[in-house]
Amino acid sequence: QSASEPASLPAEDISTNSNGPKQDSLFDDDPEDLFAEATEEVSLDSPERDVLLSDGPSPAITPITPPTSVLTPRIGLHDDMFTHSSFDEVKIEEEEGGDSFDIHISVSDPEKVGDGMNAYMAYKVTTKTSISLFKSHEFSVKRRFSDFLGLHSKLASKYLHIGYIVPPCAGKKHWMTKVKVGKEDQSSNEFVEKRRSALERYLMRTVKLPVLLKDPDVLQFLESSELPRAVSTQALSSAGLLRMVNKAAEAVNKMTIKMNESDAWFEEKQQHFENLDVQLRKLHASMESLVLHRKELSVNTAQFAKSAAMLGNSEDHTALSRALSQLAEVEEKIDQLHQDQANADFYLFSELLGDYVRLITAVKGVFDHRMKTWQKWQDTQMLLQKKREAEAKLQFNNKPDKLQQAKDEIKELEGKVEQGEREFEQISKTIRKEVSRFEKERVKDFKTIIIKYLESLVQTQQQLIKYWDAFLPEAKAIS
Amino acid sequence: SDALSERDKVKFTVHTKSTLPNFKQNEFSVVRQHEEFIWLHDSFVENEEYAGYIKLQKLGEGEGSMTKEEFTKMKQELEAEYLAIFKKTVAMHEVFLCRVAAHPVLRKDLNFHVFLEYNQDLSVRGKNKKEKLEDFFKNVVKSATDVDDFFEHEKTFLLEYHNRVKDASAKSDRMIRSHKNAADDINRIASSLYTLGTQDSTDLCKFFLKVSELFEKTRKIEARVAADEDLKLADLLKYYLRESQAAKDLLYRRSRALVDYENANKALDKARAKNRDVLQAETSQQLCCHKFEKISESAKQELVDFKTRRVAAFRKNLVELAELELKHAKVPFQRHSSDSLYCV
Repeated sequence: QSASEPASLPAEDISTNSNGPKQDSLFDDDPEDLFAEATEEVSLDSPERDVLLSDGPSPAITPITPPTSVLTPRIGLHDDMFTHSSFDEVKIEEEEGGDSFDIHISVSDPEKVGDGMNAYMAYKVTTKTSISLFKSHEFSVKRRFSDFLGLHSKLASKYLHIGYIVPPCAGKKHWMTKVKVGKEDQSSNEFVEKRRSALERYLMRTVKLPVLLKDPDVLQFLESSELPRAVSTQALSSAGLLRMVNKAAEAVNKMTIKMNESDAWFEEKQQHFENLDVQLRKLHASMESLVLHRKELSVNTAQFAKSAAMLGNSEDHTALSRALSQLAEVEEKIDQLHQDQANADFYLFSELLGDYVRLITAVKGVFDHRMKTWQKWQDTQMLLQKKREAEAKLQFNNKPDKLQQAKDEIKELEGKVEQGEREFEQISKTIRKEVSRFEKERVKDFKTIIIKYLESLVQTQQQLIKYWDAFLPEAKAIS
Repeated sequence: SDALSERDKVKFTVHTKSTLPNFKQNEFSVVRQHEEFIWLHDSFVENEEYAGYIKLQKLGEGEGSMTKEEFTKMKQELEAEYLAIFKKTVAMHEVFLCRVAAHPVLRKDLNFHVFLEYNQDLSVRGKNKKEKLEDFFKNVVKSATDVDDFFEHEKTFLLEYHNRVKDASAKSDRMIRSHKNAADDINRIASSLYTLGTQDSTDLCKFFLKVSELFEKTRKIEARVAADEDLKLADLLKYYLRESQAAKDLLYRRSRALVDYENANKALDKARAKNRDVLQAETSQQLCCHKFEKISESAKQELVDFKTRRVAAFRKNLVELAELELKHAKVPFQRHSSDSLYCV
């Protein structure tokens, strides 16, 4: 099955491939022995070790020595990888890149189109750029939510399986959950704003990937006034990706041939992203709780303000009555402050974390694809081996007609094995680049946004000083 | 105030200034004829409840009341004397009313109030007037409960105040609860950031550790704000919730004493009428009266003190609350934030 697969796998196809059963169907005569042989075969010490098996699984092995020259830039950088510095690689990226990154996309003016059951929200997508790829420097189009999902679906199917960390777009399920849990209704201003903001961040993240920026689907999405209606918005959601990754992980555990990482970098990075995932999810959950409590605080402060005003009204000592009214006014201002802070909590910090939780799922997916690519290559190799044995048997038994067929098949398989290796090398290279880009982005994102967020905290404090400073003399004036 | 001789009737303008809540206005005037004064007087006399009081002297015909003919005669004869008598007449009527007004019990009399306020004829002549009068009476009856102005005011005030303090207390508790919850979240966030800082392999690790520190600082601030609000605001409101309830209870006890007193009066009247156990009834009535007067006196002082204490406590706590809020808002969070973080 896998031997004849083309280079670009549609995303959905992957979930049906599980390594375990595939093994069984290909090697039905003696699985045990074959596995044992396979293990032997790929060991460093085996005399049959050839260039194809240079990705030896022994953990003590030196970094990958790729057969093709395309991968040269990577060789000298392994030490850097191990010392956790991604700067050298990044420099090379920038030299190769050329065009300075100057593009800004905004999603705005949400407006309801149509009515009743067929009504939907349309957003204005405005692009401002000096990049030559585009027809003009500033242009706008109207897009609806399903258009965004459609774009993501296309991009994911084209690029995820070859190692690009395609930014996820929160799908319908995500928004439905928000509606249920948050008791928000779809037409509420807050809901619309959340979605608008999320879509904007999605587009900005997407164009930050050079390969996506050049993609015709992206260009069409941003530029073309008419967009064909996305048929399938069953985009590979982060939940879908996660399911897929987990399934694959299960399959790997069942496998008796383990993919021993020759390159510790991948193993280390995978672990790193696992840990990051756990921590970011925890942080995100705490942040969401803070947003909720801050909003509650705002509401309760407003209610207290009203109550204090009423108390002031019924107080018959004039000066105290006035002071209580002033207290009510201060608390009213503070409730607005809490509301603003809750928004900063959410739009700055909480959404950042949510975005990265989804992004890391995409990262995990990409690592998973690499594993599958490796597996596919290994399977083809094993098939080749089997065919060679069969050929030897046929030669021994002197069956000339079947022999020719076997030789043809072997020729074909040899080509496929080469292709499998190339694909594996390619995806590995892409992932290294992508991870370094991703980490660089992550550092920048977190620093920029968290600093902005901290500034919001400082501002809140400053406002509080103002309000209480004004109130203090009023309180002192009570006599 | 003045009297007006109008055709054949002398009409007196009775001008009342009062802060009693059961009058519709603070200052008002009605015009009364002598007959109406008599009507009021008679109503006092006929009222069993006032049996224990010194009877008011009747405004006789011969004393300061004259018919128009007599006035004219006087006028014609001795103008100065006329004026003097006229003044006396007015004065007598005024004294009568003032004596009623000064009397602790009679001043509460319903008829007296009607007399002062009802701006039409009191003399029941003709059905329409009677009906109108009855309507007016009905309205007056509704508002004339506890006539003593101080306690009346206090009762109204305390009822409303207590309810509002209750509400403010509940709302302040909810507000502080949310504040504490937020502080807890910030605590968890600080720990998560710390873990991220220790785990991260990029430049972010130092950054996260620093941010974690800042969040820990924020948490401390928020927690202290919540605690201080609890102490200075929530506790204050809770205390005055209980105090206002206690004040209400005091007023209630006084009302009970009043009812007992009134019942004792009724009992005394009955005893006198039947001329049986009069002494017993008198003693009991005197005891009730004494008790009522005593409780009224102390209650008044109590309520005045309550106000003083309340004002002082609110002042102290609100000042301290504002000072603490300022202290927490001024914690040098600023110094550590943006500038130092950009360098990390």
